[in-house]
Amino acid sequence: MSLVRVTDLTVEFGGLRAVDGLSFTLERGAALALVGESGSGKSTVASALLGLHHGTGARVGGSIEVAGTDVQAASDGELRRLRGAKAAMVFQDPLSSLDPYYAIGDQIAEVYRVHARGSRRAARARAVEVLDRVGIPDARRRSRSRPHEFSGGMRQRALIAMALACEPELLIADEPTTALDVTVQAQILDLLHTLREETGMGLLLVTHDVGVAAESVDRVLVMRHGRVVEQGPVTAVLGAPAEPYTRELLSAVPRVDAVRTPAQASEEVEASEEVEEVVLEASRLRREFGRGKRALVAVDDVSLTVRRGETLGVVGESGSGKTTLGRMLVGLLEPTAGEVRHDGHARAGVNPAVQMVFQDPVSSLNPRRSIGESIADPLRARAMGLRGSDEGRIRARVTELLERVGLEGAHYERYPHEFSGGQRQRVGIARALAADPRVIVCDEPVSALDVTTQAQVVALLGELQRELGLALVFVAHDLAVVRQVSDRVAVMRRGRIVETGTADEVYDSPQNPYTRQLLAAVPALDPEAAARRRAARRELASA
Amino acid sequence: MTGFGGFLLRRTIGTLATLLAISVIVYVVFYVTPGNVAQITCGPRCSPEQVHQVALQLHLDDPLYVRYWHFLQGLVVGQDYSTGTSVEHCSAPCLGLSYQTDQQVLGIILTRLPVSLSLVFGAMVLWLVLGVGTGVLSAWRRGRLTERVLTALTLAGWATPVFVIGLVLMIVVCGELQLLPFPQYVKLTDDPEQWAWNLLLPWLSLALIEAASFARLTRASMLETLAEDHIRTFRAYGVGEGAIVGRHALRGALAPVIALNANNFGSAVGGAVLTETLFGLPGLGQELVHAVSVVDLPVVVGMVLVIGFFVVLANAVADVLYAVADRRVVLT
Repeated sequence: MSLVRVTDLTVEFGGLRAVDGLSFTLERGAALALVGESGSGKSTVASALLGLHHGTGARVGGSIEVAGTDVQAASDGELRRLRGAKAAMVFQDPLSSLDPYYAIGDQIAEVYRVHARGSRRAARARAVEVLDRVGIPDARRRSRSRPHEFSGGMRQRALIAMALACEPELLIADEPTTALDVTVQAQILDLLHTLREETGMGLLLVTHDVGVAAESVDRVLVMRHGRVVEQGPVTAVLGAPAEPYTRELLSAVPRVDAVRTPAQASEEVEASEEVEEVVLEASRLRREFGRGKRALVAVDDVSLTVRRGETLGVVGESGSGKTTLGRMLVGLLEPTAGEVRHDGHARAGVNPAVQMVFQDPVSSLNPRRSIGESIADPLRARAMGLRGSDEGRIRARVTELLERVGLEGAHYERYPHEFSGGQRQRVGIARALAADPRVIVCDEPVSALDVTTQAQVVALLGELQRELGLALVFVAHDLAVVRQVSDRVAVMRRGRIVETGTADEVYDSPQNPYTRQLLAAVPALDPEAAARRRAARRELASA
Repeated sequence: MTGFGGFLLRRTIGTLATLLAISVIVYVVFYVTPGNVAQITCGPRCSPEQVHQVALQLHLDDPLYVRYWHFLQGLVVGQDYSTGTSVEHCSAPCLGLSYQTDQQVLGIILTRLPVSLSLVFGAMVLWLVLGVGTGVLSAWRRGRLTERVLTALTLAGWATPVFVIGLVLMIVVCGELQLLPFPQYVKLTDDPEQWAWNLLLPWLSLALIEAASFARLTRASMLETLAEDHIRTFRAYGVGEGAIVGRHALRGALAPVIALNANNFGSAVGGAVLTETLFGLPGLGQELVHAVSVVDLPVVVGMVLVIGFFVVLANAVADVLYAVADRRVVLT
């Protein structure tokens, strides 16, 4: 009997059909990944397996059988006995998924006591045992910590420990590593792999990241618009995809081992032929937050130069200071020490010649103003003092900018909520272009976007750069994206640049051990390569 | 514990500064208020000479800063007051003598404070139980009949003036049903049982009004926490709804309730005038209203300081409770 058997599943929210006739099975001890972009319905499927749509107003059709329980027909009591005991779920954001008010050990013990008879003390001991199992050092003491006292990776380990507490037959992991740094992601995926080998539990992994799927499972199901596009063994689906959408998805995934796309490479040659004019220069930048003993040095002694028409990639994990650096380059933050020079002149404060594109296209646009107005703002700021006929010119310029980034001039009066994430990021880019900048600092411009959208936005940035001779500073955590777009790369760690060089130098022959560690942690798209890398990481860890 | 010691020290200094500022403001306000204080104090039938005498005795001719300085002196080292025939010593902390009765203000406050505290403490327990209970229940039963009935009751409670509720309670419970005698204040130290029985109706009338705002706040706050990710986690692990609502959601929802309670407790100590008047309770609120109407400056200043002290104290307690409830909170 299969561990999970889903037949003809449909889930409707109001009039919206999120899942449409989905069928799949998962055998005991096997691992299946549901892969798809946002809105494909993959998380909805995961929730449906535990009957989490009960009582939410969603209409669920078809049949779901998990570990011998008919989820559709089950009573509330039966569902509660399924949840956590036979099938346990690990969520995306480990901080918000734990109760901030209780000790982690107590939360695990509470879940354990729901399903297993036993004293409070026994439950507490079980909590320490599973925390130790997932690699929390000094588990007995740390089990008394609250979630905020744990790092992101440790929190995700704690959630996995909670899942393990009752020895479930099925582990459902919904984007378990999306909120984590790449090195931590590798640790968590390795942990899931080991646990599966040891306990023989089945794994249903929900992810938008094809690389994560390739690392972790034996079968893949590609979803789009609530339907199955393609499913089969991971080597077949990722190695020789049959469906055009799968191929599109795979080709959009940036690869850390790929050389730059030809279009950008040729541009690089052009740039080197021209005079290498430095447009932005930072020397010995330092930024502290707080004072005295509590001062935190976010950026420490960073110097860099950006030349006309080139892209400098700044890559690092969270907390490495890359965003702080980006903001100092634009002038949004004053450096504690050091200076930023534009075109050879020292400048303080913001400057129209250096613009910024922000990470979150949702929150970086004012929801109460039309996008046209948002783009017009920098134009108005520059035209201050001039009057009258300017309004018409500003409008014409905004229309031109909208068309330039692939939107329509008629979108002027529309509001941000009417656009998709990728379109909103285009608006953000148009706004940055409005001031005729020479440099644009992009802070994680594509990290909130799906891979296919990501590829489009990256392509747009490349085009703009070539046409307008812009210099880009591309700040990101994603090593593959950075390689794809950058001429030169700076690797940041704890506020310092640990390695810098041309993209090929840094990626193909990294000198710094940290850079090597980062590169080793990037998930490979090829399952065999993933297995080799996992073995290599194990060796590294045991050495 | 250095953190907690530092917190206490900073809070104490802050409280003293606040109270000092309040006293200055009250002095200035009364100084610029029109009306002949000496005439009011002496009474309508006093001759101009008598009024002049009173003004001299109360130092009403002195400039504002001199009078305020005397007030501060009394507070720190005590003060001797001449009542015309004898000299009365008022030891520190001296809040002065009432213009009206020549009684020491501190004494007046100390006889009335227990009444007010009795009323407000009891009412607070009731309004928390009723308000938070109603709020939790209506969040849990959202969209069902229970919630609609509770919402209607809450609105009604909010809209009804305290003297209507109090009067109805008194007429029904004491008059028609004769379950209780008409309330009359009995000291806690004299007879705890009678104290409670006599305060039951005042507690209820004050609490019913307050409970309405607590119910609304708790409901909103509960709905917010119930939508959080960690609640979903515990649902996905088969934890029962009772434990989810009682253990996980309620704890997260309590912070704004604690804050509202601190404010309402503090202001009710001196502000439950209507309840005090209705039930004939000799509390601070009644006295304060009277003192303001006869421009009895020392009594007003003293009262305002005591009430201010309780507001600040209640807020400090609320901050400590936050930190106990949520370990991420750092006391500063």
